[in-house]
Amino acid sequence: MEKKEIICISCPLGCRVEVRGDGENIESIEGNQCPQGREYAREEFMNPTRILPTTVRVSGGELPLVSVKTEAPIPRDKIFSAMDQIAQVTVEAPVKLGEVIIEDLVGTGVSLVATRRVLSDKKAADGEKV
Amino acid sequence: MVSEFKDKYQLVIIGAGPAGLGAALAAEERGVKDILLLERDYFLGGILPQCIHNGFGLDYFGEELTGPEYAHRFIDRIPESTVQVMDETMVLDITPDKEITALNRHQGVQKIEAKAVLLAMGCRERTREAIKIPGDRTAGVLTAGTAQRYINIEGYLPGRKVIVLGSGDIGLIMARRMTLEGAEVDSVLEIMPYSSGLVRNKVQCLDDFDIPLKLNHTLTRIEGDKRVERVVVSRVNDDLEPVPGSEQTVECDTVLLAVGLIPENELTKQMGIELDPVTGGAVVNEQRETEINGVFACGNVLQVHDLVDYVTEESEIAARAVSEYLSRRRKKRRKKIKLTAGEQITYVVPHRIDYVYQDKDKKTLKLFLRSSVPVEEAELKVVDGRGQELISSRKKIVTPGEMETIILPLQFLDEDTEELTVSVTKASQGAD
Ligand SMILES: Cc1cc2nc3c(=O)[nH]c(=O)nc-3n(C[C@H](O)[C@H](O)[C@H](O)COP(=O)(O)OP(=O)(O)OC[C@H]3O[C@@H](n4cnc5c(N)ncnc54)[C@H](O)[C@@H]3O)c2cc1C
Ligand code: SF4
Repeated sequence: MEKKEIICISCPLGCRVEVRGDGENIESIEGNQCPQGREYAREEFMNPTRILPTTVRVSGGELPLVSVKTEAPIPRDKIFSAMDQIAQVTVEAPVKLGEVIIEDLVGTGVSLVATRRVLSDKKAADGEKV
Repeated sequence: MVSEFKDKYQLVIIGAGPAGLGAALAAEERGVKDILLLERDYFLGGILPQCIHNGFGLDYFGEELTGPEYAHRFIDRIPESTVQVMDETMVLDITPDKEITALNRHQGVQKIEAKAVLLAMGCRERTREAIKIPGDRTAGVLTAGTAQRYINIEGYLPGRKVIVLGSGDIGLIMARRMTLEGAEVDSVLEIMPYSSGLVRNKVQCLDDFDIPLKLNHTLTRIEGDKRVERVVVSRVNDDLEPVPGSEQTVECDTVLLAVGLIPENELTKQMGIELDPVTGGAVVNEQRETEINGVFACGNVLQVHDLVDYVTEESEIAARAVSEYLSRRRKKRRKKIKLTAGEQITYVVPHRIDYVYQDKDKKTLKLFLRSSVPVEEAELKVVDGRGQELISSRKKIVTPGEMETIILPLQFLDEDTEELTVSVTKASQGAD
């Protein structure tokens, strides 16, 4: 049995919700002031996930980096291993908005996608950028 | 993007952040022809391209986007619009007659005449000078936004062992960002007894990474030879004064300052436009028009927004107003209405209501405001000069960190209304 205090982020009240249970079952949820908080606390207790926004190196681009994010939330405890895998990658310009940079990031089944466009250096110099 | 601009436009917009981009596109949609958008940076989108985190657009687009994605929604529409955009162009001066002086590499110093001007210059960050931290003048002290630009746009990490001063959203976001990139964040200091950042950011940026948030603490000294080597952290009392004896020394090489934003109003001041000392932005009417006829303002230059969605909304209000102004469709009210920030409210935008609403489909006016303290079970209220309550609305909580709105049905305003006061109080028990 595990006991955990979870701060509900669903509204600015930020209720402190106490969840008791183990990996599979929840025994009790207390302290939430509304049903939304209950749902949030359950999720956060069983399987906390996060969208990971970061950057990837670009070669030959108008900028040295492209901003990226995981297309869906990934388990919170995979964030640092994901950062390690992302650090290994360099993409070549041009990069399109929404382009998949890494498929199946650290075995999560979730793709890492570009959140902006990066033109190649030459095109940018030719004044094609907007 | 144009390579050269003309010397006359119907509408010139200064700043191509979400405010300027949104207003340019919305003004075109409302029939304004001949629009020039000037931007000093070498890319469009203002602050958004460096805000790579998610949390944008839920309100306006109904989906969660990152800053760059939000910016793309607008930037991608520019090429097929008639809006002329000129980047790497700095506006140096605007006269009250709307003559703009701009500078760039291709055209040098140029004068442009405009029928209408829209100020959308955003804001800048408070610096060490603005908050006066004693100690050595060393390298390694920078604003959180500058660090964000270094890391997310230019591609280098400005430090290894970091302390963050200020727990607003920018401070929290940067604490996580530095951690993800391999720096060690000692703590985030907050002089107030509460964080002004979103709960979500406190949880996902600090708690997730076990970064301590020290409330009622501040930096009292920065020390180092060439680079920051250590700082002194002190607890503060109820008057926010450092408590002697509470000093702690923290070894670090970088101090990130996230101590507030100031609307970028140098140009506005040069024009002689009155600023609201509370918002730091221009005093405006409901059209987002300053005291000078035909000069409008929207976005962070007017009031610091925490949500870009509200910036877009404001840019549309201003764009609509510009089109009404240019086509001379406006009719002044017999009496102006003055809006006042009442109990527990720091400010209300707009400051006045000047015009009669003629648009059949526009039956409400949205007021934007901030509370001065957190209030749970809050009741927002608008009362007129005769003490009559026009409208009220309930909220589970309002906090200074989150902008609030209240929607005022226009039928409540009669010809004689001259004053409206907005307040927030704890709702009385038992009432509905
Ligand atoms: C670090 C950070 C994190 C944020 N996080 C979120 C979030 O999670 N969710 C959310 O919804 N909002 C967030 N925001 C808020 C949002 O990004 C801003 O409210 C919004 O970008 C403001 O838009 P703006 O167009 O008014 O200003 P800006 O984006 O600042 O744009 C102003 C533009 O004007 C240009 N300019 C200024 N002066 C001149 C001049 N003299 N000549 C020519 N050009 C000029 C500037 O270069 C700039 O491009 C965040 C803001 C910051 C700083
Ligand atoms: S439990 Fe309900 S009231 Fe409490 S923070 Fe979550 S959403 Fe808000």
